[in-house]
Amino acid sequence: MTGLGELLEESKIIIVAGAGGVGKTTIAAALGLAAADLAGKKVLVITVDPARRLADALGLSGLSSKGSRVSPSDLEKAVGHKVEGGLYVAMLDAKSSWDELVNRHAPDVATRQKIFANPIYKNISSRFVQSHDYIAMETLYEIYRSNQYDLIVVDTPPSRHAIDFLDAPSKMADFFSSRLLKWLTIPARNRLLMGMFKPFYQVADKILGAQFLSDVAEFFLLFESMYAGFVERAKSVAGILGNAATSFVVVASPEPVPMTEAEYFASALETRHLHLGQMVINRALPQYFRDPAAILLANKIQDRYETLAKEFLQKGSSLAFVKGNKSSPARLEALAERVLLEVADSFLNFSGVAMEEGEEISKLPVDDELVTMVPHLNFDVSDLNSLGKVAGYIAWNGEAPTM
Amino acid sequence: MPRTGSKSHGLLDQSLVFVTGKGGVGKSSVTAALGLLSSKAGKRTLICEVDAKGDVARLLDCEPSGFEPVQMRENLWRMAMNTEEALREYLRIYLRLPVVTKLGPLARTFDFVANAAPGVHEILVVGKLCYEVREAKWDLILVDATSTGHIVSQLASPKGISELVRLGMVKDQVAWMEDILYDEMQTSVIVVATPAESPINEALELAERIDVETSVHLGALVVNKVMPELFSRSEEEFFLAMQDPKSCKILEKVVSSDVGILMKGSNSALEMRRCAAPHVERLIASAGGTPIALLPLMFRVGSGMRLVRDLSEALSAEWDELL
Repeated sequence: MTGLGELLEESKIIIVAGAGGVGKTTIAAALGLAAADLAGKKVLVITVDPARRLADALGLSGLSSKGSRVSPSDLEKAVGHKVEGGLYVAMLDAKSSWDELVNRHAPDVATRQKIFANPIYKNISSRFVQSHDYIAMETLYEIYRSNQYDLIVVDTPPSRHAIDFLDAPSKMADFFSSRLLKWLTIPARNRLLMGMFKPFYQVADKILGAQFLSDVAEFFLLFESMYAGFVERAKSVAGILGNAATSFVVVASPEPVPMTEAEYFASALETRHLHLGQMVINRALPQYFRDPAAILLANKIQDRYETLAKEFLQKGSSLAFVKGNKSSPARLEALAERVLLEVADSFLNFSGVAMEEGEEISKLPVDDELVTMVPHLNFDVSDLNSLGKVAGYIAWNGEAPTM
Repeated sequence: MPRTGSKSHGLLDQSLVFVTGKGGVGKSSVTAALGLLSSKAGKRTLICEVDAKGDVARLLDCEPSGFEPVQMRENLWRMAMNTEEALREYLRIYLRLPVVTKLGPLARTFDFVANAAPGVHEILVVGKLCYEVREAKWDLILVDATSTGHIVSQLASPKGISELVRLGMVKDQVAWMEDILYDEMQTSVIVVATPAESPINEALELAERIDVETSVHLGALVVNKVMPELFSRSEEEFFLAMQDPKSCKILEKVVSSDVGILMKGSNSALEMRRCAAPHVERLIASAGGTPIALLPLMFRVGSGMRLVRDLSEALSAEWDELL
């Protein structure tokens, strides 16, 4: 079993991070499936925006921020045997998670209703993209505390930098405890102080209009009543990242930009004393494209494809597809030439890419046992069956006897 | 009125073109390739990186730079968007405040407010871009825009801001921004995807959202990294038949080497293309009248400049009529 297989046994929380477009969601779902199957765990995968067909396959077609169970019989069909554990999936719903937060922390019904009606709040809860990072963590914390699952796998939201996720709780705490916040809420609190800050308000009023500013001020005033609970909460949420049973799985595809991002993330984990469980290199070309003998042969064919094609047709004149070909000898020869040349060209094209990928991977400043390779797959991961195959690579590096 | 896409008024004849798409599809390289084409056509071109990681600069073998436009080659400049600097510029221009540096705390507060109300942040991005268009310092501004998730809120920010800010200067300025953004003769969006499930889904969903939630014109769709066709039909038949064990033995004698791995490689390439093809077809089928360009997968990347040059050649071959 790979290092990831062990990780699935030992972890209670796995956070899947990486640059956009590297296949985070697929890897997160496959990790969940592998943990349910191999470790027999009751697993929840929290995801943000799965591809539609995968979402359908997982039974996520209806938006659900509560975990819903993937049908055990579907799972059994997909992996070919009874799955010991259970696989649950949930989709992050930022809006309702914010609403829950407010429900939890608002001191009274009136405040709650005012918050819900505030235009700034509406904007934050539904559109404030940076807040998704925090909400994902908040959701994770809430589910973790409910103790309903043996393992929770979190697919982190797409953000500019994967690292934003780590800073989300502290940023959120800063956001609500900033001194600037007090500035903004001054007019509503203190007429005397208002005088001091008048120049500031004149400028701000001119640009944004008084209504907007008062909406903002109201928002922060309302939130101030929840401030203590909120900041406390953000701290606890941040706390679970450092939990001994929490691991990070960093996903990258073997290209310069995602690999740099992954490296950066790994070193950020280190400085924060957080646990890098495993690095997954997704969609790497198969190793055989780097086979020296094959590269040599492809070069040879490129150089001598005309002679080689002629010889092949002569020696293979009794082969059914040669004998049965109705074209003239010259056209048949040209056909064989083109096929041989194309085979060689295409091989060298791919081996060029595979070499570059190999270089990227070898540059990774991470121990080999911390790296799991999931090869480029010639199928879409859009159903449980194909997800099972990815899970096989993850847990056994593709050598799964049963998966 | 001639529509974008007709020879008389092509994509590069516009003033403002946003390039967006899912992460990892190659937005920056497509933007750089368009920039190269446009600058070579003699147009003063500015590339603005919104989520600036310096990718465009790196692709064109230049050092990453900041908010002030820096010239990279003849007719081609680059800038990195920075909302705080955009705000400073805005204050300087519109409020005519003499000592802008004293506004430090205000700028910070503004940034803070901007975080609370995303429309503010985005209006600064869009506002700066529209301002550059209005000042007419450039023939074309190409925007290496944010990925699919955020672009709609950017493009729709004038609308959003007028809902939030009901008075004030910002509100008044929204009108001329909308005039630029929503004029299909001036502004369009190009959505880039790769031929795989979720990039194509995101592209289609985005195309729909741009249509429904904004009034910005969808100029074109680009499918990047398309696997080239390996064989013609007769070649593929020949290749498949060649894999018969008897035939393989003969081939191995001829080349005096094991051919297994080479065959495996070609089969794998065929499979990859087979797997990608339906996604391209799906996009074509759902694109309606929107022009599509298919850009081939560039195998040997080497320097960024070479990739950009290859891509720009592929683009102009695909879009001879459109650019």
